[in-house]
Amino acid sequence: MNWITNYVRPKINSMLGRRDMPENLWIKCPETGEMVFHKDLEDNQWVIPASGHHMRISARERLKFFFDNGKFETLENPKAPVDPLKFRDERRYTDRLRDAKSKTGMEDAIVNGVGTIEGREIVATVQDFSFMGGSLGMAAGEAIVKAFETAVERELPLVLFAASGGARMQEGILSLMQLPRTTVALDRLKEAGLPYIVVLTNPTTGGVTASYAMLGDVHIAEPGALIGFAGPRVIEQTIREKLPEGFQRAEYLMEHGMVDLVVSRLEMKETVARLINILLKSPLEDRIEEVTAKNDVAPAKSPESAEANAASN
Amino acid sequence: MYNYLDFEKPVADLEGKILELKKLSESGEAVDVGDEVTRLEKRSKDALRDIYRALTPWQKAQVARHPDRPHCMDYVQALFTDFTPLAGDRAFGEDQAVVAGFARFKGQSVAVVGQEKGNDTQSRLKHNFGMARPEGYRKAVRVMNLADRFGIPMISLVDTAGAYPGIGAEERGQSEAIARSISTCLGLKVPNISLIIGEGGSGGAIAIATANLVYMLEHSIYSVISPEGAASILWHDSTRAKDAATNMKITAQDLHQLKVIDGIIPEPLGGAHRRPQAAIEAAGETIEKGFADLAQMNTDYREHRREKFLAIGRTL
Repeated sequence: MNWITNYVRPKINSMLGRRDMPENLWIKCPETGEMVFHKDLEDNQWVIPASGHHMRISARERLKFFFDNGKFETLENPKAPVDPLKFRDERRYTDRLRDAKSKTGMEDAIVNGVGTIEGREIVATVQDFSFMGGSLGMAAGEAIVKAFETAVERELPLVLFAASGGARMQEGILSLMQLPRTTVALDRLKEAGLPYIVVLTNPTTGGVTASYAMLGDVHIAEPGALIGFAGPRVIEQTIREKLPEGFQRAEYLMEHGMVDLVVSRLEMKETVARLINILLKSPLEDRIEEVTAKNDVAPAKSPESAEANAASN
Repeated sequence: MYNYLDFEKPVADLEGKILELKKLSESGEAVDVGDEVTRLEKRSKDALRDIYRALTPWQKAQVARHPDRPHCMDYVQALFTDFTPLAGDRAFGEDQAVVAGFARFKGQSVAVVGQEKGNDTQSRLKHNFGMARPEGYRKAVRVMNLADRFGIPMISLVDTAGAYPGIGAEERGQSEAIARSISTCLGLKVPNISLIIGEGGSGGAIAIATANLVYMLEHSIYSVISPEGAASILWHDSTRAKDAATNMKITAQDLHQLKVIDGIIPEPLGGAHRRPQAAIEAAGETIEKGFADLAQMNTDYREHRREKFLAIGRTL
């Protein structure tokens, strides 16, 4: 551990919350400084109730919140070559990978789930920022391709939650190649007549935006999310002037025509389900029946069912 | 005579001496320098060969960015006839970092898309140093769609440090423009060939480089991020670009080994900037042969391209 990791990690951990620090019961809102009880925050999908600030959440939590009753089938991610460039900077890339795996319990930055939202079956693919900044390498690219292929096979819509700093430098040109690779997969989904909804979460930048994250049929962003191709620091260095207020934030992108909707996490499922149902022309009556049926079962955020599901995966 | 790169110093010294001797001989101050000149010329050629045989990735990056290296328009002018550039994205403006239009190659109709860096201060500013804004990619998409509509094969000439990072570019959707360009290029029903002639910088390059056949010039580079950019992220020190270049595998030889590109176009001894015509001719031959091979395949070019890109990395 050098001073950088010491400095950065606690910050990310505090955003992710309780996993590593069960004793940390109070969480500070990064916008207002308000202290919020962690249980209240969890019940509110990690959106600060007063300020509406959206905290970062893990891919698994995202899926639990998004799918009906927190239940979903996890797709097994395909194997991809590991460290083909034998890359090392201060440390070996394989060591960084190992650390990221043990820190997150994930194999790489993508989790794919199949389940229902308001009764409508969909494939959801989620990028986890805590795994090496959600960076797009071969494993993540392969997992995204698999999600699209699964959606085409099962004739399901696909909802993608993007969160990434961009391409994974340690995989060099092979990470750049994930831009066309994922694009091929999503183009095939579109050609199959299936909707592709992108949800841009904080942050989504770099190569990810130059491919699948900006090729959705509909672009939805979470409030305040940083979204852009070039990072603010790079732009500032290039043009040597201060950036405008709110630059590259979700609302700014909507104003400039790059995002259709800015939607709170709390309303995400309802919004996405409504859009998909309209796009697929599903009769209104069916939906009402499904919603009624859903309301008969357990409340949406039942932790038992979510845990049980996670265990069974 | 040339803009020498610092690692070319032995050659620069020898060529300097040759020039001096020739001058002396012309002015009549020295007699019979012929033998000495021949000897020095051989030595300088050997030195050049030794240097270029063992170029490091960082040295290659410098050759790829050499100011005298032939650029997009040099290829266009030498390889095509009837070149007719088209301007504008029909939405916002015209971006001269991207050259796009139609021409004839060996008499046949072709679409051409490329990035032009410019050759002097004035033309560099005009072309924004080859760093395109969204309008440039949207113009490229326009030409790709036209090519598809009329069944005209496409050639792209890639030479960019990357897409331009600026406020306006971001506001007008740099990322969306690149993404759309990747998708359109991948979806072409006509065959296409892409050449990395200098620098293949990140998203700005791949936007027009998803082709049925992708070639790189011998001393060109192609990377996910510029060596300087990688160094500033990895080490917070852009002067370590040399280390980043070495680590990232950015040379044509590396990419060929990683099966990311289909072939390497040889450059004349000492790099394309020494004899641009030879480099351009070799590129022309590659394009001609490439299209002949593709025609022989007589396949669904879109599917061929898609499967080709999906296969990248799967057999490493």
